[in-house]
Amino acid sequence: MSVTESVMAQPQASDRPPPARRRDDTRLALLFIAPATVGFLIFLGWPTVRGIWLSFTEFNLLTPAEFNGFDNYLRMVGDPIFWNAMGVTLLYVVINIGLQTVVALVVAVMMQRLTQSSLLRGLVLTPYLVSNVVAAMVFLWILDTQLGVGNQVLAGLGLERIPFLSDDATVIPTIAVINVWRHVGYTALLIFAGLQAIPQTVYEAGKVDGASEIKMFFSITLPLLRPIMALVLIMTIIGSFQVFDTVAVTTEGGPVNSSRVLQFYIYDMAFGRFQFGYASALAVGLLVVLLVVTLVQYKLTRAGSSDLG
Amino acid sequence: MTLGSTASSTTDAEARPRRRPSIGTVIAWAFMGLFLLWTLFPFYWMLRTALSSNNALYAGSNSWLPVDFTTSGFARVFGWQTGEEAIADGGSGQAINFWLYLRNSIVVALLVTLGQTFFSAMAAYAFSRLEWRGRNLVFGIFLAGMMVPTIFTYLPNFVLIKQLGLVDSLLGIALPTMLMAPFAVFFLRQFFLNIPKEVEEAALIDGASKVRVFFTLILPMSAPAVATLLVLTFITSWNDYFWPLMVSYTDESRVLNVGLGVFKSQTPQTGPDWSGLMAATLVAALPMLIVFIAFAKRIVNSVGFSGIK
Repeated sequence: MSVTESVMAQPQASDRPPPARRRDDTRLALLFIAPATVGFLIFLGWPTVRGIWLSFTEFNLLTPAEFNGFDNYLRMVGDPIFWNAMGVTLLYVVINIGLQTVVALVVAVMMQRLTQSSLLRGLVLTPYLVSNVVAAMVFLWILDTQLGVGNQVLAGLGLERIPFLSDDATVIPTIAVINVWRHVGYTALLIFAGLQAIPQTVYEAGKVDGASEIKMFFSITLPLLRPIMALVLIMTIIGSFQVFDTVAVTTEGGPVNSSRVLQFYIYDMAFGRFQFGYASALAVGLLVVLLVVTLVQYKLTRAGSSDLG
Repeated sequence: MTLGSTASSTTDAEARPRRRPSIGTVIAWAFMGLFLLWTLFPFYWMLRTALSSNNALYAGSNSWLPVDFTTSGFARVFGWQTGEEAIADGGSGQAINFWLYLRNSIVVALLVTLGQTFFSAMAAYAFSRLEWRGRNLVFGIFLAGMMVPTIFTYLPNFVLIKQLGLVDSLLGIALPTMLMAPFAVFFLRQFFLNIPKEVEEAALIDGASKVRVFFTLILPMSAPAVATLLVLTFITSWNDYFWPLMVSYTDESRVLNVGLGVFKSQTPQTGPDWSGLMAATLVAALPMLIVFIAFAKRIVNSVGFSGIK
């Protein structure tokens, strides 16, 4: 509580005019924000600070953390597996987000222009209702080199079998596609909601001018959709960087290190080798990457502004 | 009916005859059909494999229907077979403690969903409708919390949960997210701000307290926003894997996802028990799929609703 009170001693920056009848609800407000503030301070604020602190220590959970300066960061810079994990994660994000965004956009536009069926929207969302673990299990089976139906079909077509999850060239694209399967419907529905906000009259005007569906897509839909797309991209990219479940279930980072994404490396370092200090430094690395991505994206896409209005 | 909704928005003279769709429309529907096939096929394949005999899968791997139909896969999952029977059918002799995992999943998801939404709503009320010094500053700090990816707080939160002695307990899994989420506070505050002030003023003049206004006016009037949050938080919490994996060590606190992961790790490395695995996967996915069938419309609308705001 003391932290909240010291915070509240700061001058107030009001974003709207003072109400006609001044009332001070401080006591009630403190009561209302108490549970959330406790949650915020204990499970979000403090862990953030502590995570940064732990990254400057050597810590194995059993004995108290020992300050060791920049040792963890120096080790990180010279750690080839870290840089490999960074590269693998980036490759994953690019494939995952690229594919997912394009497919989601196409599906969303079709849901808007072809039919308003809510059954269709429900079907499209179904994979999102099962967990990453379930998705990973099913595809582990479907893509099995010998018995998986995916490879049976390939063999039936006279093509060569592909060891999707056990070859270092295909493992990351495969994991990316598995996660596209689960998330693309959700992304499509978010974009669909954005499309609903575009007035139908704009399309009618386009039709009168003789524009084709494809022309209207590029000159009406895409520009007006920009703010929603920016938001969706920021959300999905941040989520994509944190890929873990699928890797943990299907490959555990293998073959060798070819699917050892950053998050899995952090987990392995903390719970496999009990090097919590170094794992925390790796997590700070991921945090910095995410902050940079968010800021760059926000600047590039001018997420806050809309062309409609 | 379905095609008509877009066509009928143009004037009748301009509209194409409804009975003869253009080539573009046909291609679009064909794409949609393929997309749905890819979306739904894994569910069918789960069922097909779960109802096959594991020993027959090897010979009948190119059959589209269950091979040598049997429910023995499910019997292995629930432990209805003796160990010898299970091993003869290709399993490991280990079962899934399904009802316990299901109970754990329900308890954790409900604690997180109800707690997070309710406490976030209280905080959002204080940030939107109560007058107190420092309101915007504290809200700003809460918002900054959105920049910290949950993944960064996992390691320090694990250390904290361990120190609190809550490792391997359901409360330990739920606690970090059951008191607030910055997004929930932000989302509800936006919604509360849009409720006309007059409604509240009228109740206050009639002598209602602000606490009463919150429970009898603001919360009911925000039912769509609250329902959206409940739905999305429940899905996210139910499907979570990483955090519960870190916290639970024994069946007492394992949720379905973690239990499924354990079941998978027990299957024989050479010649995995695919029909048992798919039965387990299906069983783990089923509760959420049933919820989805019951509330499909609500859930689909929630996804869109959260995007627009």
